[in-house]
Amino acid sequence: MEHIVIIGNGISGITAARHIRKLSDKKITIISPESDYFFSRTALMYVYMGHMKFEHTQPYENWFWKKNRLNLVNAYVTKVDTANKTLKLKSSEDIKYDKLIIASGSKSNKFGWPGQDLKGVQGLYSKQDLELLEANAPNNEVCKRAVIVGGGLIGIELAEMLRSRDIPVTFLVRESSFWNGVLPEGESQMINEHILEHHIDLKLNTNLKEIISDENGWAKAVVTDKGETIQCTVVGLTAGVTPNIEFLKGSGIELGKGVKVNTFLETNIADVYAIGDCAEQHKAIGNRRPVEAVWYTGRMMGEVLAQTICGNKRAYKPGHWFNSAKFLDIEYQTYGWVFSGKSKNDQEQHFHWRHPVEKICVTIAFHKETKQFLGINTFGIRMRHEILDRWLTEKRNIDYVMEYLKDANFDPEFYAQYEEDIVSLYNSLYGANITPRKKSWKRIFSNT
Amino acid sequence: MQIIKKIGLFIFLMGLTIFTILPFVGEFKVTSATLDQIIMDKGIASEIFVQGMKKNVVGQEFHGMLSLSPQITQILETANAQHRENKEYKKVIYTGPHDMAATVGKASGTGFIVENKGLMWFLTFGLGILGSLLFIVPNIVLLGKKGIKNNGIYHANATNRGWIAWMVFVFLVSFYLVLYFRSEYAVNWTYLVDPISEFLSGNPAGHWFVYGFMYCTVMTVMAVRMYIKYRHNMYQMVRTTSVLFFQIVFAFLIPEIMVRLQMPYYDFKNAFPLDYDFFFQWNLKSLLNSGGIGLFILVWGIILTLVIVPVMVYFFGKRWYCSWVCGCGGLAETLGDPYRQHSSKSLFSWKVERWLVHGVLVFAVGMTLMTLYSFFTESGTVLGLKTQSVQNTYSLLIGAFFAGVIGTGFYPIFGNRVWCRFGCPLAAYLGFVQRFKSRFRITTNGGQCISCGNCSTYCEQGIDVRAYAQKGENIIRSSCVGCGICSAVCPRGVLKLENGPLKGRINPTEILLGNDVDLMDLVNKK
Repeated sequence: MEHIVIIGNGISGITAARHIRKLSDKKITIISPESDYFFSRTALMYVYMGHMKFEHTQPYENWFWKKNRLNLVNAYVTKVDTANKTLKLKSSEDIKYDKLIIASGSKSNKFGWPGQDLKGVQGLYSKQDLELLEANAPNNEVCKRAVIVGGGLIGIELAEMLRSRDIPVTFLVRESSFWNGVLPEGESQMINEHILEHHIDLKLNTNLKEIISDENGWAKAVVTDKGETIQCTVVGLTAGVTPNIEFLKGSGIELGKGVKVNTFLETNIADVYAIGDCAEQHKAIGNRRPVEAVWYTGRMMGEVLAQTICGNKRAYKPGHWFNSAKFLDIEYQTYGWVFSGKSKNDQEQHFHWRHPVEKICVTIAFHKETKQFLGINTFGIRMRHEILDRWLTEKRNIDYVMEYLKDANFDPEFYAQYEEDIVSLYNSLYGANITPRKKSWKRIFSNT
Repeated sequence: MQIIKKIGLFIFLMGLTIFTILPFVGEFKVTSATLDQIIMDKGIASEIFVQGMKKNVVGQEFHGMLSLSPQITQILETANAQHRENKEYKKVIYTGPHDMAATVGKASGTGFIVENKGLMWFLTFGLGILGSLLFIVPNIVLLGKKGIKNNGIYHANATNRGWIAWMVFVFLVSFYLVLYFRSEYAVNWTYLVDPISEFLSGNPAGHWFVYGFMYCTVMTVMAVRMYIKYRHNMYQMVRTTSVLFFQIVFAFLIPEIMVRLQMPYYDFKNAFPLDYDFFFQWNLKSLLNSGGIGLFILVWGIILTLVIVPVMVYFFGKRWYCSWVCGCGGLAETLGDPYRQHSSKSLFSWKVERWLVHGVLVFAVGMTLMTLYSFFTESGTVLGLKTQSVQNTYSLLIGAFFAGVIGTGFYPIFGNRVWCRFGCPLAAYLGFVQRFKSRFRITTNGGQCISCGNCSTYCEQGIDVRAYAQKGENIIRSSCVGCGICSAVCPRGVLKLENGPLKGRINPTEILLGNDVDLMDLVNKK
């Protein structure tokens, strides 16, 4: 029986394993040193905040693995011997494989800051990071202040976590406005305001220079490039993640930033594949990045690779870009591409609407000349994935999107609807005369 | 703000303490006039009982129900035993010993509590309401910006099965045991709400009136908490208002007012088989003897169950009843909200749930068929089974223990929908309709799910919502009561409760949206 070995029990590795099991009877082994069972990494924050217990982050009950003959090994892979198809494990016997799937995920970026390895300095990625944070910052008696370095999604999550225990937080953001490498100006500005509303000390245009140690090797303060020294107990380094591939060096597997793969997720070595955060496409797919550290792309790569491994060879073809996040109390969704200041080209035009009082806004990107709908960002409004995906495929123009915007609303029942306001602003800005149509189930289900 | 909360908690605990002490205190003096009245009302023919009462009870003063109740129950039991031995069945008293103690007690209370009903109401209910509002209202400020506020739920003793939760458990279970089985200890509580009962129905309060009044009070106060906690979520605001309205108006006020108007006591929204004794002989007789209104209630009750309930479930899902109208659901959604995370999500629990809830449905329907057969044929037994004993068994096991003691008492430990999920026969019936023929579903939003588990954790019905959401599958489970919390707590906007066409309600799930258009085609062709 063919033996499939998967390094990593995150969303990509587990999805691959589950789908291989659905499609075949192959022997499957999953190796991870992080946790005995698969858990949802994205939910770690809720454990610290007391919304959930760790066991709630595990999507499958513990009996699931044995029942589905998914052999779990809690061990650390030190070396991959591709010539002999063997994995060397730390303090455990070697494992031989017929096919190997590398799904080893990411690790937090460290950019060589002085003091980055002091005690009390940590990232937020793994289960161990969560345990460390629980030890470093159990309450605001032990942790008088935390400084977070890096204004991305993990940074703001970490800030929210610490604030849930009333720990004072200083948030150092390199950019002139929060996440404005990704978000257009109006949206980024709104999030800046919301961060301040949560009593987070947001310092824009500010870089970390060094972390200062106390006599016991614990961080006691950070120095910024503005010359400011901030006393603190914990330093959170959240300046992005990078593929976790050190153990592959010297294995003969081609590495770049991540494990180099083609669209079939194959590496340069036969029977070795890479999926999820650690995989790097030779050539970026569409506007996507070559390394995509996103939950659902990991899942999709797992689904696709399972097909290939079970004799149904398929390329990884992610459809239209979409994503979502939550900035403190504000939900964010995006479908298609809405580029921000720097990366936006001249042909991309933005229509922006913001609620006069509430923290709700919408940005729609469209082509200046053809008026083709390129993408949408919404804050505080939920959108229907299926509809927007269809509009992008059908290359609808912005007028069409405006007219049928109500079909795409996914907010809970009885919520205030803003389509009328949005369209009326659009009409006045662009001299259009569009009347939004009533939501229609017939249209929503038209292609199922 | 924190100080106001602490003062509120202190005031609430004072009210609760006084309320808890009441069953054990008070003066009771049984006069011979009282005894004569009860003998007349109940048509008591047992001279042994009357003599026993005259000898040991009448004219004496009792300090607290603890000294009065054993006297009465013993006299009654001795009398009945004697009569049964002598085969004097006409002299046997069929009022339960504890009900008798409650009746006697209610007519004989004297002293401070009886003379200061208003003051005592304030020291119990009044302080309770005032204290809890002082505890709850500062959250408008303390919770900060509107949004999901579940911080610290699993760190707090009360909401994470700590000793406070166990104390609440013990209190609630004891309270229900008193209510169902030792109502004489509730006599002092009835005095507190006598003025309200007399105002509404013209009669002094019984222990079920205490319960009804308390139910409405608790729901109202905890609804204020819901309004503050979910103030960003219109669905929760509207739903909470609805469930509160139906409890206060339909379950509490209308039945009381109907009694004042010489009509039968009836809760128009309480549908069979949740209202399991609707077809019991005594109820049918009482309805048939109440003229036009009785007949109307009879027809309404039947139409409600056979037509209105399934048609409404077809259009809106069972949520229209379970989390918008029902009293049990109303308490679960207000008082029970802090405990919703305790319902077990394991596959094992789901198995137990299906056996139990459908078992109770079969039991309820079977019992009712027996009842109707007995009613029309005027035979006391069906296939050798005594209808009366089956009814008594159901009333005790399901009506009292499951729905009451376990249903609410277990909130702090097993979640707020133990009864609705494992026991309610109406929920089982609605569930069939919802599962197989309804426009309701919880739509999963394409591929946005990140498997975080908030939805599953906060599902009060123990549905593993995430298991569906992460596969892109719509949720159409029979047990879903449509409370809408999964949708509220989702950080990625994945879940939406909606009523739509049957077509597309159950969606294909082999490959999630976003992944590869060709694969989608492949799936759709299957």
